[in-house]
Amino acid sequence: MSGSVLIRGGRVVDPTQELDGPADVLVQGGRVTACGPGLPAAENVRKVDAAGLVVVPGLIDMHVHLREPGQEYKETIDTGTRAAAAGGFTAVACMPNTDPVNDDPSLTEFMLKQAERAGWARVYPIAAVSRRLEGRELTEFGAQRRAGAVAVSDDGRPVWSAALMRQALRYARHFDLPLIQHAEELALSGDGVMHEGRFSTRLGVEGIPGAADDVMVSRDLLLTADTGGRYHLAHLSTARSLDLIRAARADGHRVTCEVSAHHLLLTDEDVFDSGLDPNFKMHPPLRSAADRDALVLGLADGSIDAIASDHAPHHPDEKELDFVASPNGIVGLETTLSLCLDRLVAKGVIDLARLVDLLSTAPARILGVPGGSLAPGSAGDVTLIDLEREVEVDPAAFRSRSRNTPFAGWKLRGAAAGTVVGGRLIELS
Amino acid sequence: MSEAVWQRGDLLGVAELSQAEILHVLDTAESFVEVAARPIKKVPTLRGKTVINLFFEASTRTSSSFEIAEKRLSADNINFSTSSSSLSKGETLLDTARNLEAMAPDLVVIRHAHPRVPHALAERLASGVINAGDGAHEHPTQALLDAFTIRRRKGRVEGLKIAIVGDVAHSRVVRSNVLCLTRLGADVTVAGPRTMMPEEPESLGARVVYSLEEAIEGADVVMMLRVQLERQARAAFPSEREYFEFFGLTAERLRRANDDAIIMHPGPINRGIEIASEVADGPWSVILEQVANGVAVRMAVLYLLAGAKSGEDGPTL
Repeated sequence: MSGSVLIRGGRVVDPTQELDGPADVLVQGGRVTACGPGLPAAENVRKVDAAGLVVVPGLIDMHVHLREPGQEYKETIDTGTRAAAAGGFTAVACMPNTDPVNDDPSLTEFMLKQAERAGWARVYPIAAVSRRLEGRELTEFGAQRRAGAVAVSDDGRPVWSAALMRQALRYARHFDLPLIQHAEELALSGDGVMHEGRFSTRLGVEGIPGAADDVMVSRDLLLTADTGGRYHLAHLSTARSLDLIRAARADGHRVTCEVSAHHLLLTDEDVFDSGLDPNFKMHPPLRSAADRDALVLGLADGSIDAIASDHAPHHPDEKELDFVASPNGIVGLETTLSLCLDRLVAKGVIDLARLVDLLSTAPARILGVPGGSLAPGSAGDVTLIDLEREVEVDPAAFRSRSRNTPFAGWKLRGAAAGTVVGGRLIELS
Repeated sequence: MSEAVWQRGDLLGVAELSQAEILHVLDTAESFVEVAARPIKKVPTLRGKTVINLFFEASTRTSSSFEIAEKRLSADNINFSTSSSSLSKGETLLDTARNLEAMAPDLVVIRHAHPRVPHALAERLASGVINAGDGAHEHPTQALLDAFTIRRRKGRVEGLKIAIVGDVAHSRVVRSNVLCLTRLGADVTVAGPRTMMPEEPESLGARVVYSLEEAIEGADVVMMLRVQLERQARAAFPSEREYFEFFGLTAERLRRANDDAIIMHPGPINRGIEIASEVADGPWSVILEQVANGVAVRMAVLYLLAGAKSGEDGPTL
């Protein structure tokens, strides 16, 4: 993926250069070679008119499920990365809970090859912590890193054994890989299917207490302190977990966290109001309004590092089961940016520079991947944003193979206008 | 007259019902009580109507009560249960609905272990749906028969002090009853050990206490819930002995209630666990009346829904 392009006349927002103003971005040979106002038009360089658009470092979704290999009826690397491009993402990090599980470098190599063939966005495979995600033996972190994996995780399940977690943190440290944890104490989440609170009480639904997450986060942070490992908490959902993260960071431990757009915007009351629509079922569950408010505060005050979609496609037939029987997860690649622009930036919760940090700069830093900046020398990955464009979320129009979203019908202002990956303009149609 | 108050084609939960609708069901049920006393216990009301009883979860009491009610109304009924049915776990709701629709039933009675499955099927079905219990969510006909029993015994529901005691967290009976009885103006208290209380139990709409004694103090009605013995594994209570010691209803404890208090239980009862035999069999007990009234109330519900669904005036008795 390498090409050359001059993006002219836009408003460039790049927190790494403390830049927010009119500027041009020149990408040559796949890398940013210049960023500033009034760049001269070079020969043989494609020009993109970005007048009226915001130009930012390519967005990176650090938590997606692409389902390939094994569940191509839900999503493929081709359809998933196409959804990513449509949603303004130039790169995604994909979780290893495929079938077979990505617990071997050959799987990482396969995913990278499929991504290259598709050509819509960069794909960074995340390797399994344990073989077959069974939580017993570690996988080959070193070989996986060499093959291109950027992190390790058993996402979908927690690394449940404290002993394995301790070893995994130590071994990942050896290769400077972050360990991404799906923090859930299974003994506490039990048969629960939604947040345990007054709405699960009224519905008579088995609840998942916030403590199921908090207990595991607490244990993990003690082990992080013990091992000096690098811990990244996936899909943060509770106020207490956020407080634990803050405290661990204040103590100097290498801890980061991400939050999903749906946990910032929806609560268990929405599950109730939906009449138990399976499109409102995911793990962790939509939490209480108090949790949601705490997450929004954490976003504004800098405690939360990244926003990730946790894009989890499921076939419409699977979401046609009842709420309890249907699988966890919703798609998010094609809604996250617009949701953040309309509900967070336009509402003044965060500014655009902070959003770019959350969706690009921080994920690049946490995963140690190129991008996250438009400073000369950076990867030539750029996202163009139209702040004025009005969109209505229409699942039927998704590029993703799946349709499972709770945001259908939402009217949002602000959307991706295009992406550039390695200097190559991605054209969707 | 029924057209004015009752327009519904489905009975999914008490949550949706107004006070007027609840009272209309109870009034209608009064007219069906005497059918049970006839030598030929049958009226032609639902002749030519097809009712499917779809029980995804084992039930003896509720399914037989519906079946008897349907037969006494002369409906053609057929029973599917998980053991005998090809409608199994993993079938989509749409497929379930289409399969049912193909048989053109007028009413479908649904019991399912998961909350709001009857609601979801009702959205997809042209025929009327009766919720016969969805997980720990609702059991509207149970609440209606309980209210009917209380009203028959006490002459009213409004202003009565009613205690409901037991595994509140996992009981559909308590949810529907709190909604129904409070809507009729009763003063309802729920009680149980903290391990059997859901999060924020006040959101159910009743007063919450954690002792049996406090709950039944001055009560006009005491409703004991069945202890789900299989739930012991979840460590909700350590032993039956200890449960009975603190939450079992004995004659001694019952002295705290009003002298003319009645004792109710949705059944089946666990003697010596939530209720002492002396109480279950004593003069206060209306447990068997609940069972008898259940048939009349379900007849009323079937009659009202079949009438609403066909759009014509309900047939006379």
